[in-house]
Formats: sequence, C-alpha cells, structure tokens
Amino acid sequence: MIARAFGLPALRFNGLIGILVVGLLLLVAVFGPWLAPYDPLKLDLMARLQGPSAAHLLGADEFGRDLLSRLIHGARTSAWIAFATVVFAIVFGTVVGVLAGFLRGWTDRILMMVNDALLAFPGLLLALGFMAVFGASRNGIIVALGIAYMPVAVRVVRGTVLSIREREFVEASRVIGNSGIVTMLRHVLPNCLAPIMVLATTMFGWVVLSESALSFLGLGVPPPAPSWGNMLSTGRPYINQAPHIIILPGLCISITLLGVNLLGDAVRDWLDPKMQD
Amino acid sequence: MAGIENVLSVENLSVRMGQAGLTVVDGLDFSLPAGEMLALVGESGSGKTMAARSVLGLLPPPFVATPESRIRFRGTDLVSAPPETLRQIRGAGIGMVFQEPMVSLNPAMTIGRQMAEGLALHRKLGKAEIRDMSLAMLERIRIQDPARCLAAFPHEFSGGMRQRIMLASVMLLKPALLIADEPTTALDTLIQRDVLDLMVELTQENNTAVLLISHDLGMVAHYVRNVVVMHKGRAVEQGDSRAVLHAPKHDYTRRLVDALPRRSAGGSRSGGAPAEPLIELKDVVIDYPGRARLFGRAAGKRAVHGVDLAINRGETLALVGASGSGKTTLGRAIVGLVTPSGGTMAFRGAPLAYRRDAGGRALRQAIQIVFQDPYSSLDPRQRIAGIVGEPLKLDPALDRARRQARVAEVFAEVGLAPELADRFPHQLSGGQRQRVAIARAIVSRPAFVVADEPVSALDMTVQKQILKLFRDLQARYGFACLFVSHDLGAVEQVADRVAVMENGRIVETGTRDDVFDRPQHAYTRRLLDAAMLLDRTFAGADGAGGPRLLSGAAGS
Repeated sequence: MIARAFGLPALRFNGLIGILVVGLLLLVAVFGPWLAPYDPLKLDLMARLQGPSAAHLLGADEFGRDLLSRLIHGARTSAWIAFATVVFAIVFGTVVGVLAGFLRGWTDRILMMVNDALLAFPGLLLALGFMAVFGASRNGIIVALGIAYMPVAVRVVRGTVLSIREREFVEASRVIGNSGIVTMLRHVLPNCLAPIMVLATTMFGWVVLSESALSFLGLGVPPPAPSWGNMLSTGRPYINQAPHIIILPGLCISITLLGVNLLGDAVRDWLDPKMQD
Repeated sequence: MAGIENVLSVENLSVRMGQAGLTVVDGLDFSLPAGEMLALVGESGSGKTMAARSVLGLLPPPFVATPESRIRFRGTDLVSAPPETLRQIRGAGIGMVFQEPMVSLNPAMTIGRQMAEGLALHRKLGKAEIRDMSLAMLERIRIQDPARCLAAFPHEFSGGMRQRIMLASVMLLKPALLIADEPTTALDTLIQRDVLDLMVELTQENNTAVLLISHDLGMVAHYVRNVVVMHKGRAVEQGDSRAVLHAPKHDYTRRLVDALPRRSAGGSRSGGAPAEPLIELKDVVIDYPGRARLFGRAAGKRAVHGVDLAINRGETLALVGASGSGKTTLGRAIVGLVTPSGGTMAFRGAPLAYRRDAGGRALRQAIQIVFQDPYSSLDPRQRIAGIVGEPLKLDPALDRARRQARVAEVFAEVGLAPELADRFPHQLSGGQRQRVAIARAIVSRPAFVVADEPVSALDMTVQKQILKLFRDLQARYGFACLFVSHDLGAVEQVADRVAVMENGRIVETGTRDDVFDRPQHAYTRRLLDAAMLLDRTFAGADGAGGPRLLSGAAGS
C-alpha cells in the first residue's frame, strides 16, 4: 500500500524482507554508538569467552569484549566498506564499460587491454597488492577492493552496451539527430541498468567476504577496531571453546548478503517497465 | 466417422492458462485424413500456434489442454498419453517445422549431427546407414555438395536453405503427420515458394499429412484444400479454402480477405506536378568492411554497386528486392546510418552530408526513417509521449508546452489514443507500436521518410491499416518516401514508382503500373511470378475491384 502511494509497484514478499534486512543494517550502522550497550574496545577479562548472559547478551570474546557491541560497531565498518567499494567499482566500471562499448575502435581496444590485464589476476591478490601500497586502513581497503572488482563491472557493462547499441532504437536516436553523448545517456545507459543492479548486489556479497578475507590475512581493518571479517579471523582459535564468537559474525554476514540480494532483485524489478503491469 | 482413416482428429480442444485462467483455444474440432493437408489460419493471438503445439504436447507452461479435449493420433489419445508415449510419437510419428530456421537449428552442431539425432533416437541404425540416408535426403532436396553440407554449421546457409534442411531432417523419419508453424513467414517471396513446393513434394512422396499454420490466407489457398480460420481461439469458419476465400461467410474472414493486398484505386499520383527531384543518388557504392585482422582488414563485401536513383518531391518510390539485394543498406545510407564509399548523394540539390552544425541538424529533421521492427526501434524504458516528442527536443524554438501540444497533435494524426501517452512500448500492440514509430518520424515534419519494411512484422489486417495511414499522412503532408520492401503486395498499395534491386544493382525502374504490368527485366518477372502464384487463386475474389493485382503480368 505504501509502495503504491509512492508510485512503486506492490512489494513482493522477497523485496519486503530485503528492505527490512538492509534497513535494519543501515539503522544499526548509523545509530550504532548509541545502540551498543558497551564500548566495543573495553576489556573485561572476567567475562572472557563467556556465553550469552544477562550482562553480555551475546556473550563476550577472547578478551572479554562485549560481542553485541562489537557486532554493532562492526556492522558500521563492514557495511560502509562494502557499500563504498561497490559504488566505487560500479561507477568507474560503468563509465569505462560504456565508453569502451559505445566508442569502440582504439578506445575500446586500449581500455579492454588494461582491463583484461587486471582481470587476469585473482581479485584478492590484486587487492593485497594495492593494500601494500595504500596501507591497511578503511579507505585503503575501499580503493583496493574497488579497483580489484572494477574489471568485472567493466566487462559486464561493455557486453551489455555492445548488445544494446545494435538495437534499432539506438539508430533511431541517431537519425533523430541526437549526439552520441545524448544517445549514450538517454538510451543506452538506462537499458544497462538491470545487469548493473544484479552485479552490484552480487558484488556486495563478494566485497563483504573479501574484506573478511583481507582482515583474516591481517591486511584488513586493523584490530582492535571491530569488523565482521576480523572478528571472524581473530575468533578462529577459540572455535572449540566458544563457537558463538565465530558463528555470530558469520551469521551477520550471511543475513546481510541475503538481504542485499533480495533487495537488489526487487530494485531491478522496480526499474523494469515491463514489471509495472 | 471411424471408417475413413484419420491420421489426426481433434475434438473439443480447449487450451487454458492454468486450470481456470484465460482460454486461448476454445472448443476446436478438425480432422486430418492420411496424406492430406489442412491449414489453420489466423492472426497473432488467434490461438493457432497453441492448437498446433497441444498436438505435440509442447504447450508452454502455464498453458494446458483441458481434460475434455480429445486429440487422437492414429487412435492414440495424446491428451491423456504419458510423457513416454508422447516422446516416441514426436519425431517418428509427428514431425514439426518451426518459423525461424535460425533458431530451431542448433548453431553449435553440424547439419550432419542434427539430421542424425532423430534417426539415432527412433530407428536402430548404424552410423554408416544414417549417413547414407542423410546424404540421399540432402540430394533429394537438391542441396549442392551434400557431403560438405553434412559437415557444415547452420550459419553457413541462408534462411531458405536452413528451412529446407530443417524440412529434410524432419522428413527423414517419414512421419505420418508434419506440423509446419509459419514455415516461410521469415523468408522472401521467391524462397517462400521454393520451400513450400519442396514441402508439398516431400510430404506427398511419403504420404505424410500436413497441418500448416499460417497467417497468409492467399498463400494457404494456393497450397491447401481445407482450411480452418481461427479468431480469438475459436474456429470461425472452415471448409474448402477457395470457397472461404471467394465467399467468406464470417465477418472476421471477410476482413481477413479484404486485407489481402490489392492495388489502390486510381493511377500513380506523380505526373501532375513537374517532377522535381528531392533526393538524387549518383553512382552510389557501399561496402561493408571485412573483419579486422591483426594487420589491416579482410576484404569487405560490396553491398551496393553504383546505384543511380532519384526520388521526387512528394512521391513514393518503392525499392523492391530479395533479402541481401542491398535495398535496406541503400535506405540506411540516405539517413546517414551507413556511409557510402563512393558516389554522390544530394538533397534539394545540395550534397547530403550529416555534419555536426545547424545545417546537419536541419537535415536530420528533414530526413527520417521508420524501421521494420517497431518493438526494437522503440526504447523500452521510455514512455510513448517521450519517444514521440524526442525529436522536438532538438529544436530550441519549442518550449515544453509547445512540444506537448505538438505531440498531442501527432497522436491524433496517427490514430493513437491520448491515454497511451504514459504507457511503455511493451504495453502496446504491434500495430500501435508501428504507429508510434511513424509518429516519431513525422513529428518534425520531414520532407523525406525512409520506410524500411514497415509492415512486414505485422498481421495482415494491421498491415492494411498502417499502409492506409501512411498514404493518408503522405497526402496531407506531402513528404516523399522511399518504401523499402520485399512484399510486392504492400508495394502495390503505396508506390508511385518502383525500382527493382538485385545483388546491389538496380535492374529496373518505372512507374508502378509499368513495372507490375509490363516488367522488362527477367528478375522482376520472377519476383512477380512468385508473388502472383500466391495470389492468382484469388483473382476472382473481388470482381468489381478494378484491375486485378499482378494478373496483367501473366501474358508477358
């Protein structure tokens, strides 16, 4: 009903779940400092590896830090990194992909040569290399992962543009007298939106995992600051004694991925005029 | 009627979307004796394809045949048959040929393997035997070098060849029934006839019954005795095809017959005013570049070889030819989508060049195009009003209100309801979409419009409306038109003059009546013959309709 009032199509169940999960994540990320019951860095050695209790709702980690508070603060870090990285990779990837696909010729060949060279390296290896240059910081991770994932976006967008530029409505736009730029922005780019949206939501998942992997390797968000990834990696030695300190961040990552993917599907449907019947 | 052996008998066939949804085929009855032909005729959405597919049990979900339906193939009821039985019948008992040979042949498999597939599945035969049978069949359908053909891939053949190969591989199994769903709709007139002749030959040799699905009543009447006319899922008329064509009983059939092309009354319009060339082409040559190689390019392909052509103010020149003759390329060159590699093009006496200045922009507005497929020529993400109004955005003299007024005006001119303005292209019918494409072309009041096969993707009755709209608009605004088409029926209705193109050259030019009644070139005669064959059966249909379409060419 609400969606209808805003001119959006009625929500399907999946889209609703996606919105709820992502909305909750954003709320937690924004209001984290006020929601968290404890300081995420405060040590309490008495509570070391404790299970859930009244004092620590989700238990405590190997240094007795409150797990709930760390997860809340970690959401802030992880969500921001994933979001910024995806925006970075998709925006630059789309610009490069559209230019290469639409202009063709030498522009295309040179751009794609560089792109394919980047694509030849495994994403994580590439990110590790960049991290060595930028240093282990939040912005460093964003740029490194962004560059590592950009080539994928370039490939997908270029492929879509190549198929769309052959369609007759693009030729029709030329016959009308539109310039190349207008044609590109008005007719080609909007028709690439569906694959871009799908890619963006999938990429969100990869980035959360990659950030965890980087943190796991010690190149991510430097401890003691919490991110879901480094919580996962630092909790690993205690998996037998206190499984909750590794299960809970893992669960957070999984639920976030699920939510983002559901939301992505719903957004793609909203943007598709064919779904609005 | 158990006495006569019917290969196929269909009783009370209904097809629904789901158990209780929309009914797309409603209580259809027909029967088909061994070795005979029957045609289901109707326009898109009439349910003819659904009816044919339900015979094979190949209805796309969620469509299902209702349990009351009876489809008997040699005594077996196919509606209640288990999937295993259906699989045995498909191919061996009932063969099917689809509309698009491009799509129905697997592009990644050689012809030989595709032909062998059915034989290996239904007959216990050795590899050598299968190969011999395939070779004999290819020879039978007069394919040059059958051995090479077996090793070739589908893309190496033209559309007509592919359809013949498709037909051959289906007939290899000697099915008792062949279902042909618009087998020649995607093909040129000349090739259409070859393929249909071949189909009749092959099926008669094997005593195979044919269920032909088509939208083209004229063609059907030439080949098939019994016809069922379908409209909105119901059989509205059935019986002898000539009787149906000559004395249609049902209203819908009458409309269908009326929509068959015939010459517009009155002579050519040109001749009154002194001919004043609007567009002049001199010795135009167009090459397609070859594939880029590591160094340089492979040799290109010459699509147009030195064409001279003049189109006068306000007249319609039809450019006729088979696919691959270069007619579309020539039209695209005039609107600037292809750059000629030689010759000159002039518009109103000045060289035709689309520069990026005010002159070039004015030229863009003066010369427009209507594409063949109205679905792919409209941006799926724009609303109809936006599409039609887009050319006006380039005119700085028009503000928003003026543009909207102009769009509303054009909507009325092309017969689009105002409430369609907020729709998206996919929400419109094919005919409405083509009206939108025409509206976009004429909104900037062009002096010249290239119409590239504008009606060949449309149903017959819609074709007729669109052609009439085109003529009316032309009479009102006096724009000249290059009407590119392989469909002589459509050409006849709109053309003042006709130019015939073969292999990149113009072989004949003349007034419509001259070209149609007194063709000079052998190729023109062949084109006319192929078209006429499909229409001659229809000669007596409208006794009062003035000189009959194409019939004058019979003697020459």
